Amino acid sequence: MNFTRATNIDEALAAKNADTDAEFLAGGTDLMVEVNLAHHRPKSVIGIENVAELKETSTSRIGAGVTWDHLESSSHQALAHLARTVGSPQIRAAGTIGGNIGTASPAGDGLPWIAAIDAKIEVVSQSRGKRLVPWAQFFTGVKRTSLGADEMVTALVLPADMPQIQHFAKIGVRSAMVISTVSCVVARGTDGFRVALGSVAPTVIRVPRAEQLLNSETRPSEAALDEFAATVAKEVQPITDHRSTEAYRRHAAGVLARRLVVRCLN
Amino acid sequence: MIVTLKINGEERSVSAAGWESLLNVLHDDLGLPGSKAACEQGECGSCSVILGDTLVCSCLVMVGSCEGADVTTVEGIADGDDLHPVQQAMYESAGVQCGFCTPGFVVAAKHLFDHNPTPSAIDITEALSGNICRCTGYGAILRGLVSLADDGERE
Repeated sequence: MNFTRATNIDEALAAKNADTDAEFLAGGTDLMVEVNLAHHRPKSVIGIENVAELKETSTSRIGAGVTWDHLESSSHQALAHLARTVGSPQIRAAGTIGGNIGTASPAGDGLPWIAAIDAKIEVVSQSRGKRLVPWAQFFTGVKRTSLGADEMVTALVLPADMPQIQHFAKIGVRSAMVISTVSCVVARGTDGFRVALGSVAPTVIRVPRAEQLLNSETRPSEAALDEFAATVAKEVQPITDHRSTEAYRRHAAGVLARRLVVRCLN
Repeated sequence: MIVTLKINGEERSVSAAGWESLLNVLHDDLGLPGSKAACEQGECGSCSVILGDTLVCSCLVMVGSCEGADVTTVEGIADGDDLHPVQQAMYESAGVQCGFCTPGFVVAAKHLFDHNPTPSAIDITEALSGNICRCTGYGAILRGLVSLADDGERE
């Protein structure tokens, strides 16, 4: 087995270019579950947990290697809130936002925020250089992305018009250490409301028809909010699985989204 | 691959496949069975160790990434026969039932008290939220650690 410990992005990309089957390892909170439970035996791993460049943040970007415990004190309200709900202290100290993006689970806790603020994913390869992928083009299915075999996720690129009002909520069977049944971020920017939901479709989704209903009114009435919640429930595409049922997820998606819209209005 | 780690202050070298978990290597190759394998997906905390200064689940740490790392396991917490204050506190409050989760709770509690000698009950609950006790002995564990924090306040 080949284990490369990269100390910078160039080393990591060179190793990936030389062996496109190699798997990146940051916090290990997804990859090691595969190793332990699915008896997955990686042939080649590129350790990127010590790459300092991936841990840098600024007003315009968040490095892929930033761990959840650091994001708990983010100035972006919904991001800080959701970071506090990720896993447990052990998981938050190890898991990264880049891992959430790369794994692309429908239940990834950070993904509704990424969709609600309309962020882009920065990906880089040695031969093709850097490209910025809008989130909706990055996430293509359950744990599927448009990331090339020679590319790595290096950062989340934030929009210049970051919505200042943003709220997050999720439902799970308990408060700590839980994978969400439904999660939601509602952001209110200069162009109106944006509503993103997790765990209710193969990828994180926005609900444009429901958003449009809200954005056609100056201050939505109770009846408009009810119609909004019903539209959210129709627009999501959940499944029944071991965590919940389709019907419950539809209902909960409408309730959560409505609740967060009200929070944004107050 | 050969990985050299500093475990409980002692330098140890071990030959392992790089993808193996630190937990398995501690258990199977280094003769340190204190960290427990239960869920092996980071949900239960019974394999908690302190890596550098960070509390982690050792089942989620790939040993290949541990070269040169400083690891504290439950075996390294007492000073010989003298229990660490968190161990003494959990002993006195009977914060142990079947004992399987205990090493993880001890390591997580030590990590908390190292950083905050006078945590509130909420701080303690939050810090231990990644550790699961299926005997549901949380009340006794919490009482012991709250009393230890109160002792810290009086000092």
